Amino acid sequence: MKNILQALADAVGRDYVSDQPEEMYFYARDPGLMPPHQPDYVVVPGTVEEIQTVVRLASREKIPIVPMGAGMALTGLIIPLKGGIVLDMKRMNRILEVHEKARYALVEGGTSQGFLKSYLEEHHPRLRHSIPDSPATATIAANVMIHGQGRLTQQYGFNSDMVSGLEVVLASGEICRIGSCAVSPDWFSKGAPFPDLSGLFLGWFGATGIITKIAVKLYPRKKMRDVEIFLTDDEELVPSMIYELTHTEMVEDINIFVQPRPMIFRGNHHIALFFTGDTDEELEFKRKLIWHALDPYIKSKDGGFMGIPPVMKPTLLDMPQKSVSRFADVKKGGGFEYSGPIILVEKYPQCARKIVELAARYDLGYSGMARIIGRGHSMMYGFAFTFNRADSEMMARTRSALCEISLFVLELGGVFWKPTVEEQKMALEKMDPNTRALMKMIKANLDPLGIMNPGNWEVA
Amino acid sequence: MVQLSFDAHLCKTCPTGDCLVKCQYLDVDREKAGEEMVKISEGKDSFVLQDCVTCYACEEYCKRGNHPFYLITERRQEKGILVAPRAITRQWVNIGEPQGKYKVGKIRDKVLSLGFMPEYLESVKGELFEDLMPSYVFGQEFFCNVVYIHFADTAIIKQRLPRVIDHFKSLGVREVVFMHDECYGAFASLAPAYGMEVPFKAVHYFEYLYQRLRDLRDKIRPLRLKAAYQRPCSARLCPDKHHFVRDIMNLIGVELVERQYQDENALCCSGILSLCFGYDIAHDVKARNLADMVKHGAQYCVFNCPACQNTLGAEVAKMGIRPIHMIDLCRMAIGEKSPNGVRPT
Repeated sequence: MKNILQALADAVGRDYVSDQPEEMYFYARDPGLMPPHQPDYVVVPGTVEEIQTVVRLASREKIPIVPMGAGMALTGLIIPLKGGIVLDMKRMNRILEVHEKARYALVEGGTSQGFLKSYLEEHHPRLRHSIPDSPATATIAANVMIHGQGRLTQQYGFNSDMVSGLEVVLASGEICRIGSCAVSPDWFSKGAPFPDLSGLFLGWFGATGIITKIAVKLYPRKKMRDVEIFLTDDEELVPSMIYELTHTEMVEDINIFVQPRPMIFRGNHHIALFFTGDTDEELEFKRKLIWHALDPYIKSKDGGFMGIPPVMKPTLLDMPQKSVSRFADVKKGGGFEYSGPIILVEKYPQCARKIVELAARYDLGYSGMARIIGRGHSMMYGFAFTFNRADSEMMARTRSALCEISLFVLELGGVFWKPTVEEQKMALEKMDPNTRALMKMIKANLDPLGIMNPGNWEVA
Repeated sequence: MVQLSFDAHLCKTCPTGDCLVKCQYLDVDREKAGEEMVKISEGKDSFVLQDCVTCYACEEYCKRGNHPFYLITERRQEKGILVAPRAITRQWVNIGEPQGKYKVGKIRDKVLSLGFMPEYLESVKGELFEDLMPSYVFGQEFFCNVVYIHFADTAIIKQRLPRVIDHFKSLGVREVVFMHDECYGAFASLAPAYGMEVPFKAVHYFEYLYQRLRDLRDKIRPLRLKAAYQRPCSARLCPDKHHFVRDIMNLIGVELVERQYQDENALCCSGILSLCFGYDIAHDVKARNLADMVKHGAQYCVFNCPACQNTLGAEVAKMGIRPIHMIDLCRMAIGEKSPNGVRPT
């Protein structure tokens, strides 16, 4: 295999390729619960051309190749299940263009969420993108590849709905542009008015191509941002509350959380409502409409707005939310994983009851968290458990709980978000046979040798 | 000893009906006031049981020795009439639950009780508290729980208060200076009225501050500023201590502006109103209160209760009035803090 290593070194430079065990150890795993599997090589390319060379080599030698952002998905999507090359994108982090008037940013495939956020704050303070609550090192391309959600998802849908163009390297090593950028220098649309080909890549976890450039839509960044939290002890009422709130069109982002610790949160569902304004008047106008939307529940004593102490607000308004990382260490040992199905908001009560039931049965620390998508078209409900990595028995219990959730979710009409390989198989099994056949056809055509992130979205 | 008994005959013969006539949130005349209070005392329904916003003020308005607010609270609890949404009540009950995370300083005979208001951990520094600190207690284990009368839940007060008293007892303290009106009221009057023995003397921190400022008189530089005072609901539980506000202001050269909503006529900060009743009433009360401060030329708004300051502080500042806690104002007067809150060099 020495000649492969040398060929990779020739492609990207000796400093950016490795087959050393200490590095293979790290690239064999993600922070979740999936069992590790070591790659044979790790490559950190710096240009599209280098990626093309690596992919051509992989294709020629029939070596699996797994593109990787920051590896934060937790569901093992970047674990090289069949070995081969992990293509770490972190060097490709340049911001190529921000079109202020057309409100989009064009970035390289390894650009992190945090980098774009700080770049916009410094150079384009009136613009923002939909930042997810993963750590700031998570990349923009990987996030849309898993149909991630972010702080503007309530208004504009999945972060992948906010893509306005892609450049991908296909399994053949060819470069392909998707969207308006295929016929124009401008990256304003990922499809319309032509056939939208972005679906050949988004959601495929790199099994059909590697994103090397991505354009994302930007949105107005208002001068002020505030948060209110509505409490209720009755999960059955949450869907109708969300309906009233989304109907106001005043709320930028809606998150719901339920957790037993700290004590202040025990026993209630917390609907966190984020809204923005350029003036005090605008902010107050929105606040008033939001409060009025829930007046009937206040009058019936079924819910109320909590008083948020000023010291608590900066934490709540933080983007991304650091509380997610803190939750990961509740049990000490830094373990955290969640199953986050996309499901109708009206299924909230069942999900909320299920997590409490499972946490009690498996004796696990938990946090239930939902993010509303596109004005209530659906939600992501995160069944999150925290565990101690040094406690294999606790990890086994967590796996069992997550397994039960997978079955529960499918039965409830939900679909898996960033599914593990096992969940992908479950979804494919339940899928309409013609849809499954279409997926197989796409995969076979785009990756005829089966080298692109093998194990993922493989239709038998 | 305070008795929380209620004599309906006193209401029947009341010449003023002040308890409800003076209420700033209900529109009731003298005749109706008497009728409603009698109905309530007889266990009958009354709109007051639904509409009372729990400002506690009727406790002070009644000069005939009755306790209208405690009566309303007990009746609400008996009838299961919720004041706050269930989830809000639950959250507050959770907040006060002892968790074994209390802090105790170097305890002496005399101790400072910070309740479990973390704001005070920073405030009680410097010369003002030199003869008390570091003898202090902090945490839910020392929290009076009286706030639950806002939620018509006296049962939890009666359940938790004896344990709190036991915690103090285990420290062997003789005198406790309380940093909140509710805490002071709990041990000075409510606990004895509930038949609980309080094995120490309760001192209101205003009284302590006043005495301390007199001791430090030589250090006081009159502040020569105009201030509005945001009187908290809980101050109605110990109206005999309210005079210390003026006494302290006089001592440190602060002019209390003669505004409409002060002293007995004070308005709620609106925190509890928004928790229990929603936007409109809270917004209206807040707007009237702030306009009154502005109209009368207040440069500072002086807070006693941290919860009031949390609710109104930012709003006051937007109106160009500097929010400040009474302790910080006093520290400013003895040169420990500058007007912008920073220790002078």
